Amino acid sequence: MIPVSVIFYVFATLVAGSGLFMVLTKNVLYAAFSLLICLLSLAAIYVCLFADFAAIAQIMIYVGGVLVLILFGLMLSLKSSDAAQTSPSRNPIKSFLLAASVLVGLLFLIFNSNITALPGLGNIQPQFLTQKTSIYHLGIEFITTFALPFELASLLLLAALVGAAYISAGSKIK
Amino acid sequence: MNEIPEVIRTIPLNYYLFLSTALFVIGVTGVLLRRNAIIIFMCIELMLNAVNLLLVSFSAYRSDPNGQVFVFFIMAVAAAEVCVGLAIIVMIYRNLQSTDVHLLNKLKW
Repeated sequence: MIPVSVIFYVFATLVAGSGLFMVLTKNVLYAAFSLLICLLSLAAIYVCLFADFAAIAQIMIYVGGVLVLILFGLMLSLKSSDAAQTSPSRNPIKSFLLAASVLVGLLFLIFNSNITALPGLGNIQPQFLTQKTSIYHLGIEFITTFALPFELASLLLLAALVGAAYISAGSKIK
Repeated sequence: MNEIPEVIRTIPLNYYLFLSTALFVIGVTGVLLRRNAIIIFMCIELMLNAVNLLLVSFSAYRSDPNGQVFVFFIMAVAAAEVCVGLAIIVMIYRNLQSTDVHLLNKLKW
């Protein structure tokens, strides 16, 4: 039987590799499909972290909603001639330098901060992780502590839906 | 079932931090490097996912469900953002016949 940590390493390389491919490939459609692989492997990593609700939500919202929307956006805004290659970057060296400085800064922070000394990180509760599903606790949190933000999120989604329909309808609405 | 699961025991929290950092930096590189507005959009999604991964891993290592609540809200906001953003990009394409961000330089100093 394969230990779960091996599965984590496989999917972590898949996430990083497909993300890198997405940034570096010239083909716009290949980029969209490697984003699909990246999001699906992230869902697998959430399963490794015992966050089943987050994994299902990742597949439903990101893969089922966001990625389909992005593919539609690509199809609506793509001439068949420039599907294979997009215009090259003007100053790749500057961009790589800036991104590398972000990377160095983040790594410096990780190595210099004693993260394991944060309160609460020491006591992993096995019964929380090995419970049948995490939705029980999450549902209670959603309708008690976070009831107002939960409703506000639905209001935000409604406003975004109406706004997107209005913007993309353009001048046809009088 | 009262022992810490194998995947939590063998993989320290720092590995998740490194993976999340890598994902975030890949997203930053894409935003800086690419000129197609939709690819820039996808890279922003990648950065949001890096933050989600960090929240979920801290939630698991602290045995605290509140991190996952926050992940859910980030996903809802990201969905709203994609919906409006893509509508704007489609409008830009209708007006300019292109989604190259370097054509949008009216506000450039």
